[in-house]
Amino acid sequence: MGKGRAFFEGSRRLACGAELHPSFTFRSPIARILAVNKGEDPQVSSSTLQSNIALPEKREITTTPRLSDRIFRGVVTGGGLSSLVILGLILIFLAYEGYNTLKAQGIHFFTGSKWAATTGANGHVDFKASHFGIAAMLIGTLICATIAVLIGVPIAVSASIFLTFYAPQAVKKLAVTVIDLMAAFPSILFGLWGYFVLDPIGVYWAKLIHKYFNWIPIFQMPAGPYFDRSPLIAGLILAVMIIPIVTSISREIFAQTPLDRIQAAYALGGTKWAMIKNVAFPYARSGVVGGTMLALGRAMGETVAVYTVLNIVYQINWHILLGAGGNVASMILLQFGDASQEEVKALMAAGLVLFAMTLIVNSIANLIVNRSVKGRS
Amino acid sequence: MTTVAPVKNFDDVKPQTPWSASMRDRQMTLGLVIAAVVTSFVIVGITPMKGKLAYFVIFFAALLALDYTYSRLKFGKAAGVDSFFKTLFTVAICITVLPIVSILWSVWQRGHKGLHWTLFTQNMKQADFTGPVGQGGLIHAIIGTLIIIAIAVVISVPIGILTAIYLTEIRGRFSRPIAFLVQAMSGVPSIVAGLFILAAIVYPLTRHFNGFEGSIALAILMIPTVARTSEEVLRLIPEDLREAGLALGGTQWRSVALIVIPAARSGLFTAIILGVARIIGETAPIVLLTGGANVMNINPFSGTMESLPLYIWTGLLAGTPESFTRAWAGILILLALVIILFTGARYLGSKKAAN
Repeated sequence: MGKGRAFFEGSRRLACGAELHPSFTFRSPIARILAVNKGEDPQVSSSTLQSNIALPEKREITTTPRLSDRIFRGVVTGGGLSSLVILGLILIFLAYEGYNTLKAQGIHFFTGSKWAATTGANGHVDFKASHFGIAAMLIGTLICATIAVLIGVPIAVSASIFLTFYAPQAVKKLAVTVIDLMAAFPSILFGLWGYFVLDPIGVYWAKLIHKYFNWIPIFQMPAGPYFDRSPLIAGLILAVMIIPIVTSISREIFAQTPLDRIQAAYALGGTKWAMIKNVAFPYARSGVVGGTMLALGRAMGETVAVYTVLNIVYQINWHILLGAGGNVASMILLQFGDASQEEVKALMAAGLVLFAMTLIVNSIANLIVNRSVKGRS
Repeated sequence: MTTVAPVKNFDDVKPQTPWSASMRDRQMTLGLVIAAVVTSFVIVGITPMKGKLAYFVIFFAALLALDYTYSRLKFGKAAGVDSFFKTLFTVAICITVLPIVSILWSVWQRGHKGLHWTLFTQNMKQADFTGPVGQGGLIHAIIGTLIIIAIAVVISVPIGILTAIYLTEIRGRFSRPIAFLVQAMSGVPSIVAGLFILAAIVYPLTRHFNGFEGSIALAILMIPTVARTSEEVLRLIPEDLREAGLALGGTQWRSVALIVIPAARSGLFTAIILGVARIIGETAPIVLLTGGANVMNINPFSGTMESLPLYIWTGLLAGTPESFTRAWAGILILLALVIILFTGARYLGSKKAAN
């Protein structure tokens, strides 16, 4: 191994170009051990080797986590369970505060439409004599959310198809950025814009619809022509708000369409539309349905944006062009301003119903979306 | 023997793309668009339909019809349908972008009139919402928002990131339910979060409105955003890094704290920024909980507090042209903050992708 040793000892220049100090003998560990074994290394004798290098103690190999890991896992699991704790606390506290109202009003809480607190002889709100009913609000919430979904989802799905299958790269990048930005817009911005910009446009369209389609019952105008701040306009603003959400979910799902199936459709001579209809749609259907329900949940819980463009009226109204609607979240905000602390407890019962509703819709939506996104990727 | 001329300059050689639109196709498309514009002008001119939106609607309808007819006549039925839907999807993206442009434009157009320097130096102590626009300012609202957001970040970021770490590192037996609950939590309406704090903290404990209560409500809304984004980021960290940490004899705690988290740092910042963008404009819980004020209050634990969304809300409800201008100026500042945050998140995200 003479040549090898010469190599090890001779090359003082490292790969990085640095020069080693002349006194340093550059040797690889293996060369050194070989040299020690042969007893020919002048620098290290075998006795110093044994005394200098202490062998590590034998350790037992175990799968038991150490104390630090146990603490770590405990803390992280605690943090992870916080979502459960928070949701549970919301449910418990709202149920606790709203219990009086729900118990006193019973089924009338869901079937009645009147909202009037009666103060009893002792100066407290008499929950039995008061009328707290959210039927009009519940139906109004559903109407607004349905209008939003009917208008918003077709536009959003079409836009996501355009972005996935048609758009040039530059357009796609820009549009995705702009749409994601819109998803981050605060709801008060939509409220302000809806009140000042969308409302006049909505009134104009409502008048047109009323003029030409008033033979359809929901487009009729039962009480004096009053088009301002109607459920239709609230639905429009909600549609504008859910479009970015549905677009980004649908885009994610359409983008996962298997390339081989797309190419197979083209190879069979299909046009782009034939490919979308027969390959992309069946593939993405359930995911888009889930995204729609997610948007429905968002539309039902929206507060400020609806508040500015909807007249809250405590009466069930099916005529979507009439400026009188209901919305649970907006009603809570409206009543909160001049409600006594006890009346707020009735609002908490309404909040509990809203929470339960959005939670159920969201959970179903998430189940559908998760199944269609994760099951296929 | 044929000779091929040597290529001098490779920039001149373009790859052939027979599928892309030819000059003639482009001319035809342009012709169809012009025809649709003409049609819309004619129809708006001779029928009672009027207004900007009438132009838009008729233009798109005419474009759809013309496009379909042209492709149908030239290439047959399938091509006609194909081209019809292509135009339809293009129309959809235009409709999607239209409100965004309208929102940005109206915020700038109405908001810039209310901008002046005293906005950033004064509060509303000596000014009224209905008074002249030049009076007063919203420095107290900006500071209030910053304090409320900062506390919400301090509360929600550890919880959100711990949740994400549980889902990606521990992967324990609660992983699926927790992932599900975090998703469910992201759908909690903001007003419900406000009512919850009212029921859990304000009425039984403090009995007064203050900034801290608003912060907790906002933290509830921010946790799911932080948790879900961080989870996505942590999932992108290669498994090799974790295994390398463990193979070097590190405990799981050390491999997470010293390897995984630093590797995901910029992504985690993106998660925090997106969370802040989610809550910075939340109005309903703020209206319910912080009380609002005319003057600066930097103590979140005592006394009512103003914040930007509340300032805008007050301006909107006051109902005079001056107060509306104040509200638009406020929303312009809020929107600027949102766009800055969003751009920052994008920048960090793209840097992450580049690495």
